[in-house]
Amino acid sequence: MNSVIQASQLTKRFGNFTAVDHISFEVAKGEIFGFLGANGAGKTTAMRMLCGLSKPTSGQGLVAGYDIAKQPEEVKKHIGYMSQKFSLYEDLKVWENMQLYAGIYGMNIKQIRPKIDEKLHQLGLFDERNTFVSQLPLGWKQKLAFSVAIFHEPQIVFLDEPTGGVDPITRRQFWELIYEAADRGITIFVTTHYMDEAEYCHRISMMVDGKIEALDTPKNLRERFRAATMDEVFYQLARKGREN
Amino acid sequence: MLQYLIQKEFRQIFRNAFIPKILVVLPLMVILVFPWAANQEITHIRVNIVDGDHSPYSRRLTDKIAASPYFELIAVSSTHDEATAMMEDGQVDLILEIEPDFEKHGVTQNPAALHIAANAVNIMKGGLGANYMGQIIRNFMEEIQAETVPGQTNPGLPVIRITSQNRFNPHGDYKIFMIPALLVMLLTIICGFLPTLNIVSEKEKGTIEQINVTPVKKTMFILGKLIPNWMMGLVIMSVYLGLAALVYGLVPAGNILAVYGFAVLYILVVSGIGLIISNYSSTTQQAMFTMFFFMIIMILLSGLFTPIASMPAWAQTMTLFNPLRYFAEIMRMIYLKGSSIWELGGPFFALTIMACVFNIWAILAYRKSQ
Repeated sequence: MNSVIQASQLTKRFGNFTAVDHISFEVAKGEIFGFLGANGAGKTTAMRMLCGLSKPTSGQGLVAGYDIAKQPEEVKKHIGYMSQKFSLYEDLKVWENMQLYAGIYGMNIKQIRPKIDEKLHQLGLFDERNTFVSQLPLGWKQKLAFSVAIFHEPQIVFLDEPTGGVDPITRRQFWELIYEAADRGITIFVTTHYMDEAEYCHRISMMVDGKIEALDTPKNLRERFRAATMDEVFYQLARKGREN
Repeated sequence: MLQYLIQKEFRQIFRNAFIPKILVVLPLMVILVFPWAANQEITHIRVNIVDGDHSPYSRRLTDKIAASPYFELIAVSSTHDEATAMMEDGQVDLILEIEPDFEKHGVTQNPAALHIAANAVNIMKGGLGANYMGQIIRNFMEEIQAETVPGQTNPGLPVIRITSQNRFNPHGDYKIFMIPALLVMLLTIICGFLPTLNIVSEKEKGTIEQINVTPVKKTMFILGKLIPNWMMGLVIMSVYLGLAALVYGLVPAGNILAVYGFAVLYILVVSGIGLIISNYSSTTQQAMFTMFFFMIIMILLSGLFTPIASMPAWAQTMTLFNPLRYFAEIMRMIYLKGSSIWELGGPFFALTIMACVFNIWAILAYRKSQ
């Protein structure tokens, strides 16, 4: 397997609390990898470590071939990230946000302008290019955040609950964008609480109390837990966590 | 990369509902209002004279005091108790008591028969009032001597006449003394507070998360915050200097380029302090209070309002670490005295070191990962 993410025994402790407890997994190039778990299971912490935003307490992680503890800035050159909380500049216009991040990633000044127009058309946001981001509806903001995260054509993009609070139609469109990106060879690492979305993933890991309890394709997981839907799989595993 | 970061900061500054207004109103306030208000010249000291002598001399002295621009003669009381009661009521600041044998003693040159009592609740007013009063009385006594012993103003006692001249501020105008100092305050407030609030507000809004996940260099990020602030500081300073020339006719006696050269350096220092605080704070309130704390200390220890030479030794040592102290000194020297850069080597050196230390610190304090 040609893996772009390799985690082995990755751990993060905050004082006495172990948020991420020795997790190990690999993600292949071009894969859509679903990262599931209840609130507080440690998904975001694990993702922040893989993005070089948080230093692991112990264990090792390689992302795009770079060590997340020793070369976080190299990791950052090859990834895109969309945080749970919307974090583009609300007081900048749509195109200004794109231009800023394109500039930060060191894109050629001549390439930036046509690429912004192309992306805006693709997102259906061309008419809104001069709108302040604060005035966009949430679904559009999320689409914009995603396109900014992949604007510089990273190898991997990390999406932390990208469709939280978004209507079903926009969610569907969002997943079309994700598939398009995956088709271009961008690896997708995504967390979600929507089990229908989990079905769209190639493989899923289920995190419970900082540990990975299950990792397989959605189909195999359903068979293993004798469940009709992913919802049931989630219930069985998450309940197990509560009882501990 | 840097150009995009700077462009972004400017876009945000000009779109802010509040900052552009402050940038216009504050310099105007500072130059048009403060030089009149921050005035430590004492006039209108209210006097009560207790005249126990009722002689031509005592009346002449009373007239002389009433005619002085420093004093305002509120009442002439007949008893000491009456005057003291008025001071207790807060109606007068100073009591001059003329004893019954004033005229007789004045002529025969026996020792004093005058008392001054000053209300020292406001120590400046009390102290200066007593001082001015002493001067008036001395002048009066010289006049009397000249009249009683014609042609011989010097009966045994040598009289030393002292004349003083205010160099570099010939009229001793307080406004001229304060204008360079107020520029220092203005730059400290604007270029110190804006960066203090900047990084921490990105933390609060969460936008810094998206920046931290990019490969942006720490130095670039900090420069992206520093340079817009620096340019704003210089624009504000230019407006201020223009108004100082227009309204008060005050232009620097020294080289204007030296003024700008030092301002460039000083803005780097205060912005650096602001950025350090911003990096360590997690909320804007926390950052504001911390900056406020340091700013008050810096202002009190700057020599802007009280002379450094009269501070205790330990406080004088503390001022050596205060960038405001150097900048205030430099501004007054260049503006009023016309000193050149070469004469200000010491402060220049101190500010350069501080600019380097604080900004390197600010870069190191910026953490892209926890």
